[in-house]
Amino acid sequence: MSLLDLSQAAAEQSRQVEKKSSHLRGRTLINLFFEASTRTQSSFELAGKRLGADVMNMSIPTSSIKKGETLIDTAVTLNAMRPDLLVVRHHAAGAVELLSQKVDCSVINAGDGSHEHPTQALLDALTIRRHKERFEGLTVAICGDIMHSRVARSNILLLNTVGARVRVVAPSTLLGEGVDRLGVESFTSMHEGLKDADVVMMLRLQRERMASSLIPSQREYFHFYGLDAEKLARAKDDAIVMHPGPMNRGVEIDAHVADGARSVIREQVEMGVAVRMAVLQALACHLPNE
Amino acid sequence: MEIEDETETAPLPQRKSLSLVNARLVDPASGLDAFGGLLIANGTIADLGMHITEGSVEGTESLDCGGRTVAPGLIDMMVFCGEPGHEHRETLATASRAAAAGGVTTMCCMPDTDPVIDDVALVDFILRRARDTALVHVHPMAAMTRELKGEDMAELGLLRDAGAIAFTNGKASVANAKLMRNVLSYAKDYGALIVHHLQDADLADNGVMNEGEVATRLGLRGIPTEAETIMLDRDIRLVELTGGRYHAAQISCRASLEVIQTAKARGLPVTCGVSINHLTLNENDIGPYRTFFKMTPPLRDEDDRQAMVEGVASGDIDVIVSAHDPRGAEGKRRPFAEANDGAVGLETMLGAGLRLFHNGSITLHRLLNALSARPAELLRLGGGRLVKGAPADLVLIDLEMPWTVEPGDLRSKSKNTPFDEARFEGRALVTFVAGRPVYHYA
Repeated sequence: MSLLDLSQAAAEQSRQVEKKSSHLRGRTLINLFFEASTRTQSSFELAGKRLGADVMNMSIPTSSIKKGETLIDTAVTLNAMRPDLLVVRHHAAGAVELLSQKVDCSVINAGDGSHEHPTQALLDALTIRRHKERFEGLTVAICGDIMHSRVARSNILLLNTVGARVRVVAPSTLLGEGVDRLGVESFTSMHEGLKDADVVMMLRLQRERMASSLIPSQREYFHFYGLDAEKLARAKDDAIVMHPGPMNRGVEIDAHVADGARSVIREQVEMGVAVRMAVLQALACHLPNE
Repeated sequence: MEIEDETETAPLPQRKSLSLVNARLVDPASGLDAFGGLLIANGTIADLGMHITEGSVEGTESLDCGGRTVAPGLIDMMVFCGEPGHEHRETLATASRAAAAGGVTTMCCMPDTDPVIDDVALVDFILRRARDTALVHVHPMAAMTRELKGEDMAELGLLRDAGAIAFTNGKASVANAKLMRNVLSYAKDYGALIVHHLQDADLADNGVMNEGEVATRLGLRGIPTEAETIMLDRDIRLVELTGGRYHAAQISCRASLEVIQTAKARGLPVTCGVSINHLTLNENDIGPYRTFFKMTPPLRDEDDRQAMVEGVASGDIDVIVSAHDPRGAEGKRRPFAEANDGAVGLETMLGAGLRLFHNGSITLHRLLNALSARPAELLRLGGGRLVKGAPADLVLIDLEMPWTVEPGDLRSKSKNTPFDEARFEGRALVTFVAGRPVYHYA
């Protein structure tokens, strides 16, 4: 749990007037985003700056250059600029790992396709721990587009590791084949999936899912899978509501629930900065000093 | 024996005859498995049997095989070559060197080139380039639809007369059932073989690997086996309707094998192939996004792999192909979903196939049958047999020799082998094409 403890300390540091420390002083951090992102990129940027690093943001829209070609080329180019830390997001699963093979510095996965988003799972875990003070025996229901979600995959891995019981709730077209073998219980009804849950984690629904006939309409999706007060009533009275953002109010979550007393969505954003500070700081301990 | 670049077009000088003596002669078609010798003269098998020994025939050179196996040279029904259009990946010359080193004496090259082999002049081009630069026999398979677009039928009759050995739509399946019906029906008039790749594009939906737990874990889009089986089912119905000769280029799953078995039991003119990859690898080999294991059809699960082995062992799967598909770093050093499909296989097919013989799942005869005699039958070629008068396309195999696949040593221009560093037992020692040694293991 040391990474979460470190994050907790970083969260406290971030609430001070003097938010800066010097763990990464003299270090260069590059945010390399092949896919648009607001909160992940800005929270890594803030995290780096609060630790004293020089931070550079590079956004490389995939449309501008032929897909894939840029990845190795960009890695080699950036490597020559001698960064200490690279934070990478890419639209293809496995791309960050591929890139990490071509550079000499530390690489942090900020989301690769539908594969993983490890720092999101860490910030979710930190938020859960702040409210529930434990993981063992908690029931966490992850609801929505499981098949395409890197947030779901990373959370399934992490929450299973720390002893929570993980459920996934989605229509069959968005569950993904073989999901039962990932160590989760799967449900196609929110009514059953949310029953007695301690944590309700909603996922963003991409509009493309309608175009590829995975679900018929937003209206129907909200009716059956959108989190509203009635569905939330199935969960425990003290259940918390989470969402990795950005939210589609009225598609996967009702505005009243999103802004309600049980929502910890804004706290997740705050913890995002803290967790990323902790990750950077932990890596900094192992950076070469010569 | 020194192999040199053969660029002359003049006929080769009359060669002395050669006897291969002290050999284990294996002819999968007849079931022959006997010690003896084999006499090569004028590019054909002049004689074979116990009576051919060192010095038994006047004026012949003889090669002592030391009890090793002499078998018909392998016939590979699926080789993607970069010529014309992608010569940086592979040329007919480099592919043929890879073939010779793998014991392959005949290769069918697929029409997925640039331009597509859908025109008489291009069939002629391939045949002439092969004659001038290749070490082994090369037969072009021509496109069955123009530009492989699956919209208009190519000139099947003229292409056949020009030397196209069969017709295929390459790596693309023909989605239009009416067109497929017409192709099968029209090709029947010429007795031409239709070789079809099986993947329903809508159902595959830009998938990049086998659908299931592994794809879900990796966050990659899956292709269900049904994308193959539904297309195969449809084709079998059209074969029944038309009576055309049909060959499923590659099957990859148990459900497809069952469809083939049913069709054969009903006496339909249906055959099928499987790639050496689908016999020896499965989806777990992809591991952390290894793109050398990305191919079409995708590698399936272990049960499907075992079904493929059973299919070859029972003879329900007729042919093993290398599905040799050279791809450079520019196509493979990419995130998995964006990487090219395909793996080279000409040099490793025999070694990988012998794994199945050594572990007892397929007999040597069945293995060699699927690699030589059966493809020769389907393509109506004279080779693939050890009989008097057959072409002396032969391979001398050491069944026991251990070796390791070193990608850097591969003769193919591209090194995208899924058998990187694999340890094999058994390989081609000498390969003869029309009686002439074209490869000698150093």
